[in-house]
Amino acid sequence: MTETTVAEQRRVEAAVPAPRAGRLRRWWSNPWRKPGFLKAVTWGYLAWSILPLFVAILISFNQGRSNSSIQGLGLNWWWGDPSGSLFRDPELHVAIFQSLRLSIGTMLITVPLGVAFAIGLDRWRGRGSGTANFVMLLSFVLPEIVLGVAMFLVVVNVLEFLNLGTVAQVVGLVTYQLSYPVIIVRARLLSIDKEYEEAAMDLGAPPRQAVRRVLLPMLYPAILASFTVVFADSLDDFVTVRYLSGPASSEPLSVKIYNFSRGSPTPAINAAATFLLFATTLVVIVGYLAYRYSTRGQHRDELTALGQV
Amino acid sequence: MSRPAGSAAPARVPKLRRGRDAQTNGVHYPRWYWQSFAAPAIAWLLVFFLLPLYTVLSIAFGTVDPILRTPVPVWQPWWWTTAHVAEGLDKTFGLFQTVYLRTFGYVLVASAICLVLGYAVAYYVARYAGRRKTLLLVLLISPLWISYLMRMLAWINLLQPDGYVNRVLTFLQIVPEPVGWLEGRGITVILGLVYGYIPYMILPVYAFLDRIDVNLLESGRDLGANPLSTFLRVTLPLSRPAILAGLVIVSLPMFGDYFTNTLLSGSPSTTMIGNLIDDSIYTAGQQPEAAVLILILMLLLLIPIGYYLRSTARTAAAR
Repeated sequence: MTETTVAEQRRVEAAVPAPRAGRLRRWWSNPWRKPGFLKAVTWGYLAWSILPLFVAILISFNQGRSNSSIQGLGLNWWWGDPSGSLFRDPELHVAIFQSLRLSIGTMLITVPLGVAFAIGLDRWRGRGSGTANFVMLLSFVLPEIVLGVAMFLVVVNVLEFLNLGTVAQVVGLVTYQLSYPVIIVRARLLSIDKEYEEAAMDLGAPPRQAVRRVLLPMLYPAILASFTVVFADSLDDFVTVRYLSGPASSEPLSVKIYNFSRGSPTPAINAAATFLLFATTLVVIVGYLAYRYSTRGQHRDELTALGQV
Repeated sequence: MSRPAGSAAPARVPKLRRGRDAQTNGVHYPRWYWQSFAAPAIAWLLVFFLLPLYTVLSIAFGTVDPILRTPVPVWQPWWWTTAHVAEGLDKTFGLFQTVYLRTFGYVLVASAICLVLGYAVAYYVARYAGRRKTLLLVLLISPLWISYLMRMLAWINLLQPDGYVNRVLTFLQIVPEPVGWLEGRGITVILGLVYGYIPYMILPVYAFLDRIDVNLLESGRDLGANPLSTFLRVTLPLSRPAILAGLVIVSLPMFGDYFTNTLLSGSPSTTMIGNLIDDSIYTAGQQPEAAVLILILMLLLLIPIGYYLRSTARTAAAR
């Protein structure tokens, strides 16, 4: 076939409109076509997942009593209302401090316990380590209601010295959160060779020092991440904590929100939830910045790591 | 440590004693050295995790104080009584049967929606997000950091009779008058479950899809497959483990969920297993019933939990 005939044929093809089915088929089988539908689904999903939260935050700044429509913006339910606002309602005021007490206490116990557990599990290769790991993972996958009710039953019927209240709540939270630092730290340990400690010990460091001065500093980023995750997650927890609550003064903000959401809540409940949201966001940002600082100059793939946890 | 198959160590090498000799390079750790790191956490889990679980068993198979109506746990399995358990099983197939079936139905529908929607989103972000990938990932992860309560509260606000959802729907004449979304509707509970748990589906599926070798997909195309059949015959079969993992991660907490239902419906017509447990815990003299319900729940979840633990162990072994 000569060149002219090919060109001519193309012109003819272009002039005659392709049958509709053919165009569809070509569009369908074009591997480089834009995934318009998927794009719409994704952005639609994101809007659906995030816009309601903005509405909830806006309602916390509502001037009126309604929790369903905005009647002017102001700080009425944060501070303005002398008895019903978040910072001045005596009950909510106490709850804020109980929330902080529980999360700080939980964080301070869980992270050291979990980090040592992770190091032990990673380096100790015996039969017992498999069982310990299994129990840890079991505590991770069981629905929270199982742990909460089991803890409640044990506190009420067996370990009665742990009265329902702050101590029992912290114990329950630590148990529920323990697997997070273990999983995070072990993921990091996988990428750290034993040779570093061994080199330190060859140079005369006793084992304790090899761990404390060589291994531990390499784990700082994972430890930081654990502090952040445990703090943020215990701040929001209301299942375990609710079962282990004693008097009303031992209920943290999350439990108050849960209890008040039934019935007809005022925007003060939105203010409380927004307060928790801001607190969590602050902790996550501080944790992230500290994480960046502690991993400066290293290769990071924290987003994929987060996806795998 | 990955060890290619077939390169097993020579059979003659004497087995190393655990503990002191297990280390290489002449570096010696004291005996029980690494175990001592794990010991505090193991002790903690024994007392505050395994003991509580065993207490559930001993209360479920125990007796009740005839005067105080408080449970009397029976610790020795050979003295266990089966009265509570028999009663619990009786109710499972009688009074509570609809609750169990409803829970299964809700979880099934909600997990299926999570899978379809979550897979589409994860697929788009993994394959087509391009420059926007970081932004999209942050947006996808952010719900995990936001309190579940806050997220449900947002829907309580929106779904009120005079809320924004009803206003939009009546304005568009889709419904003639405001709908009582929060008054015991299964669809609201299912949507709440999807909203609450879908992020846990998207992330593992995304992490998996992101690691699929693009060359595999391109060779599929080079061999003449159109995008759909490349997806159906390469991507989808490859992502089966991620799909199963996502389904397990999403459905396990849904089975134990009581709060979504309490917050978004609160009506007996949408009660789930979790609500039965939650209600009986706060009723005097019903603690044994709560313990039996917990046992039944754990029994039902045995298969997904077993699958999760086994696949996690397998990934760990493959490293």
